Amino acid sequence: MTIGWPILSAIIFLPVLGALFILAIRGDDEIAVRNARYVALWTTLITFLLSLVIWIEFDPTTHVFQFQEEYGWLGGSINYRVGVDGISMLFVILTTFLMPLCVLASWKAVQSRVKEYMVAFLILETLMVGVFCALDLVVFYLFFEGGLIPMFLIIGVWGGQRRVYASFKFFLYTLLGSVLMLLAIMAMYWEAGTTDIPALLVYKFPVEMQAWLWFAFLASFAVKMPMWPVHTWLPDAHVEAPTAGSVVLAAVLLKMGGYGFLRFSIPMFPLATEQFAPLIFLLSVIAIIYTSLVALAQEDVKKLIAYSSVAHMGFVTMGLFTLTTQGLEGGIFQMLSHGIVSAALFLCVGVIYDRMHTRQIDAYGGLVNRMPLYAFCFMVFTMANVGLPGTSGFVGEFLTLVGAFRVNTWVAFFATTGVILSAAYALWLYRRIIFGPLEKPELKGITDLETREVVVMAPLVVLTILFGFYPAPLLDVMAVSVQNLIKNYESALAAAQQAALAMAR
Amino acid sequence: MYYAIVFLPLLGALTAGFFGRLIGARASEIVTSTFLVIAAGLSWVAFFQVGLEGQEARIEIMRWVSSGELQVSWALRIDTLTAVMLVVVNSISSLVHIYSIGYMSHDPHRPRFFAYLSLFTFAMLMLVTSDNFLQLFFGWEGVGLMSYLLIGFWYQKPEANAAAIKAFVVNRVGDFGFALGIFAIFYIFGAIQFDTVFASAPDQVGKTFAFLGWQVDVLTAICLLLFMGAMGKSAQFLLHTWLPDAMEGPTPVSALIHAATMVTAGVFMVARLSPLFEFSPTALSVVTFVGATTAFFAATVGLVQNDIKRVVAYSTCSQLGYMFVALGVGAYGAGIFHLFTHAFFKALLFLGSGSVIHALHDEQDMRRMGGLRKIVPYTWIAMVIGTLALTGFPFLSGFYSKDAIIEAAFVAPSAVSTYAFALTLFAALLTSFYSWRLIFMTFHGTSRAAPDVLKKAHESPLIILIPLGLLALGSIFAGITFHELFIGKGHLEFWRSSLFVLPSNEILEDLHHVTAVVHWSPAILMATGFLVALLFYKITPAAPANLAEAFRPIYLFLLNKWYFDELYDAVFTKPAIRIGRFLWKKGDGATIDGLGPDGVSARVLDVTKGMIRLQSGYVYHYAFAMLIGVALLITYFMFAPGAGS
Repeated sequence: MTIGWPILSAIIFLPVLGALFILAIRGDDEIAVRNARYVALWTTLITFLLSLVIWIEFDPTTHVFQFQEEYGWLGGSINYRVGVDGISMLFVILTTFLMPLCVLASWKAVQSRVKEYMVAFLILETLMVGVFCALDLVVFYLFFEGGLIPMFLIIGVWGGQRRVYASFKFFLYTLLGSVLMLLAIMAMYWEAGTTDIPALLVYKFPVEMQAWLWFAFLASFAVKMPMWPVHTWLPDAHVEAPTAGSVVLAAVLLKMGGYGFLRFSIPMFPLATEQFAPLIFLLSVIAIIYTSLVALAQEDVKKLIAYSSVAHMGFVTMGLFTLTTQGLEGGIFQMLSHGIVSAALFLCVGVIYDRMHTRQIDAYGGLVNRMPLYAFCFMVFTMANVGLPGTSGFVGEFLTLVGAFRVNTWVAFFATTGVILSAAYALWLYRRIIFGPLEKPELKGITDLETREVVVMAPLVVLTILFGFYPAPLLDVMAVSVQNLIKNYESALAAAQQAALAMAR
Repeated sequence: MYYAIVFLPLLGALTAGFFGRLIGARASEIVTSTFLVIAAGLSWVAFFQVGLEGQEARIEIMRWVSSGELQVSWALRIDTLTAVMLVVVNSISSLVHIYSIGYMSHDPHRPRFFAYLSLFTFAMLMLVTSDNFLQLFFGWEGVGLMSYLLIGFWYQKPEANAAAIKAFVVNRVGDFGFALGIFAIFYIFGAIQFDTVFASAPDQVGKTFAFLGWQVDVLTAICLLLFMGAMGKSAQFLLHTWLPDAMEGPTPVSALIHAATMVTAGVFMVARLSPLFEFSPTALSVVTFVGATTAFFAATVGLVQNDIKRVVAYSTCSQLGYMFVALGVGAYGAGIFHLFTHAFFKALLFLGSGSVIHALHDEQDMRRMGGLRKIVPYTWIAMVIGTLALTGFPFLSGFYSKDAIIEAAFVAPSAVSTYAFALTLFAALLTSFYSWRLIFMTFHGTSRAAPDVLKKAHESPLIILIPLGLLALGSIFAGITFHELFIGKGHLEFWRSSLFVLPSNEILEDLHHVTAVVHWSPAILMATGFLVALLFYKITPAAPANLAEAFRPIYLFLLNKWYFDELYDAVFTKPAIRIGRFLWKKGDGATIDGLGPDGVSARVLDVTKGMIRLQSGYVYHYAFAMLIGVALLITYFMFAPGAGS
C-alpha cells in the first residue's frame, strides 16, 4: 500500500514540529505554560489521528513493508528508509495512542519546567515511532539510542527523590547493551555490505557469526525488555519516573526489546535462534516465577507493578521464541495488551500519587469508599493484569502458553504457575489499596476521578475489554507477517540442515 | 430465544451497574429481577423443547481468538445438558434476585449487588452454553471473578476480603490444571471445539505423549488436568478450603453461587466432557475417589461446626462429592440429576438460614439460637422440608437422586467404587445427623439468644418467604417428577448425545436392580442419623459436650477442618512471601545489583580512590615507581620467550 505523500515521515516528525512550536513560546508565565500544554496535546492528538490512516489503509494480506520511503543519506550505502509491516504498524499506533493520554496525565502533575517537559516528551515520541518504522539498521540504532536521552532527562529532572541514582542505573544498563549492539551492527555491515533491513532479512549470515551477533543483540534487547537477570533497573526507574514517564517506559520502551527480537534476532539469525531458544525459555520462566514472587513482597505500588511487568514480559519472550503461530502472535498481542494495561495501571497509581504524594501501599486503604469510579477502573486493569478471560491480558497470555506447550511442556508448566502468582499479588495489592474501611485521617478528603482523569481512563478501559472479547482487529493485522516470519525461519533451518548433510557426505 | 436467555442477565447487570445510581436502587432491583424471571421462564420453555422434543441448537455469535490453526468463536450450544443447566441457573438465580430485594433492603449498595448477581448469572450461562474449551474457560474464570466480588461485597470486613482473595487464588490453582489441559487438547487434537475433539477422542485411546518428561496416556492426562480445574471450582478435597470461608459473603450469594450453581460447574464440566472421560478408566477412578473422599471428609467436618452457614457449606461440599462419585462410576445422568435436585433444596437451606440470620439481626452462631420455631414458623417449615429432601426422606427429591448415586456406586464394578459406596453410605448417616443437629440447635429447645435480640426477632417478609415457598415445592417435587426422565427408562432419549456413555456402560439400567437391602440402607441410615441427633440435641443436651470432651483430639481435628488451612498457610502462603522477600533483597538487591551496576560503580569508585592516593605529589614516589617499572621491563625482555635470540 502506498500513499502519494510521505505519511510515515509525517508521523515521525510531526511531534518535533510541535516541540519547535513550544520552544518558540516566550516567557514562563501562566499563559505560556498553558499554551505549551495545549500545543503538546494537539500535536499528539493530530499525530494519533494521522497514524490511524496507516491502520485504515494498511493491507493485511501481504508481509511486504508498506508506506515505504527512501532517501539517500550518508554516502549512498546508508539510507533513510522507513516502512511498516503487520508487526511494527501496531506498535506505531500504540505509541501515538498513548501520547495524548500521557500529556493529559501530566497536565497538573508537572508544574516545573513545563515547556521543557513537553518538548522532551514530543521528541521522545518522534524517536519511539522512528524505532518501529526504521528500515535501516543505522536509522534504527539512532532512534533506538536517541530515545534514551529524553527518557534519561525525564527521570532525572522530573523524577522522585532518588531520581539521579535511578536515571544513571537506567542509562548505564541500556547503554552497555547498546554498545554491543553497535558492534554487531558494524560487523553486519562489513559482512553484508549494507544496513538495509529488508536486504538483511534475506541475507544469510554464516553460522558462527550468527551466534555472536545474536548474543550482541540479546545484550541490548534483554536489557530493554527487560529479561531476568538484567531487570533491576526497571523497578528503580519506574519508581522515580513521573507518572507519564512510567507509562511510556512500561508501555512503549519495553516493547522495543520484543520488537528487536522480532525484527532482528529471529529472522536474521535463525540458526542461533534455534540453538539458543532454550536459554530464552529458561530466562523467561525464571522471570515469570521469580519476579512474581518478588512482586508479592513489595511495599511500593509502582515497584509492584514494575515487577509484574517483568513477569509479563517473560511471557512475551517465551512466546516469541517458540516460533509457533500462537506463540508469536500471542507474544505480540501480549506486548500490545501490556502496553495498554500497564500504562493504565501506572496512570492509576499516578491518580492517587497526585493526591497523596506517596507510593507506599500502607498509606492507602479503603479508597473504594470515596472513589468508586477509580475502584472500578483499577479493578478492570487489575483483572487484565491477572489475565482474566474477557480482558486483553488473557488473549496474549493464553496464546503464548499454547505455543509454549507445543514446544516444551516443562516451559508451559512452570510458566502457567504465573497465573496463580499473578492473581495473588494483584488481588492482594487491590485489597490493600482499595478495600477495607477508610480509616486513615489523611485519606478522608480524597476525591474521585475528575473529568480529565476520566477522559484518560475511559479509552483504556474500553480497549482492555474490547480486545478481550474481540482481539481479531489486532490478530488479523499481524497474521500474514507472522506467517512469513515462521516460513522464512523454517526454510532457513531446512537449508542449513541440507547444507550440513551435504557436508557430511 | 437463546439470545434472550443468555443476554438478558447481562443487560440487567449493565443497567444496574452503570446507571444504578441514576435510576435508583428500587429500579435496579426491578430491572435485574424482571430480566432474570423472563430468562428463567424461557429456560423452562427451552428445557421442554430440547429435552422432550429434541430441538438442539448451535448459534455462532462472533469470532473470538483466531491465530493460525486455533480458531475459536463465541457460540451457544444448546443440548439437553445445557438446557438442564439453564433451568437450574436461571430458576435459582431469579428466586435469589427476588429474595435479595427483601434480604438486602437495608444495604446502601443494592444496585452494585444486583449488578453483580446478574453478571454472575451471565458468566454462568456463558459457561453452560459454551461449545469450546476457551469459552468454557471464560465462563469459568468469569464466575470466579463474580464470586470474588460477591464474597468481598462487604469490603469493609477484613475477613470478607481475605475470603474473597482465597476463593480466587485457590480457584486459580485449579485453573492452572484446567489451562494446561486446554493446551494439551490443542496440542493433541489441533482444535478446541467440543465437537471436533469429541469426534476424534476414540482415536486417541491408548496413545501417549511426552508430558514433563514422562510418556503419559493422552486421554488420562488431559482428563486429570481438566479435573483439577473441576476440583477447584467444585471445592473438592484438597482444593475445598475456600468454600467455607466464602460464607463471609451475603447469604443470597451463598445460596446462588456457593451452593446451587457455580460450585456445580465442575460437575457440569465432567459431564460435558463425558466423551473424553468415558475413555479413560483411570481418570474416572480418580474422580470417584476424590468425590467419595470429599463426601466423607466434608460430612465429618460438618458434624461439629457451629456457624449455621458453615454447616450448610460443608454439606454442599459433601453433596458435590456425591455428584462426582456418580460421574466417576459412569452414571452421568445420576450426577446431573443430583445437581438438579440439590440446587433446589440447598438453595432452600441457604435462603432459610438467611431468613433465620435476618430474623436475628445477623447472628450466625447456632450456639446463640434455639427455640426459634415459634418466632419464624414458615422458615422452620421450609428448613425442615429442605432437610428432609437433603437427607433423602422417601419421595422427596434427595431420595431419588442421592440414593441413585449410592446404588450406582454399589453396582459399579471397580474396586474404587466399593470404596465410594462405603464412604457415601456412611456420609449419608453423617448428613442426616448434622442436618437435624442444625434444625434442633436452631429451632428447638430453649432459646440461647440474647433477650434483646430475641425481642426484636421477627418472621421475614413475604418477598423472602415466597422464594422459600417455591424452592420448597421444588425440593418436594423435583425428584418424583423428573426421575423417570433423568435416570429412568427414558434417559437415553432425554440426554441423547449430550452425555456420552460407552455401549458397555449400562449402569443407569443396573442401578434399578439392586437388592432391597442396598436400596433401603440409605433410608435406614438417614433414620438413624435423625434419631441420634434427636437424642443428642433434644433429649440429652449434655451428651454432645461430654462426647467432645471424651474425644477431644478428634473433636478439635474436626472442628479445625482437619487443619488444612493451617497446613496450606505453613506450606504455601507464608513461604511464598518469605521467598519473595528473599529474592527481592538478596537476589535483586545483593546479588544482581551488587555484582551489576552498584558493584561496578563501587569498584570504579575504589579504583579512582586508589588512583588519587597514587598521585601523592612527592617526587621520590614517582621516581620509585619508575624504577620498579624499568626493572620489570628489563626482567621481561631478558626472560620472555624468544628474548635474546
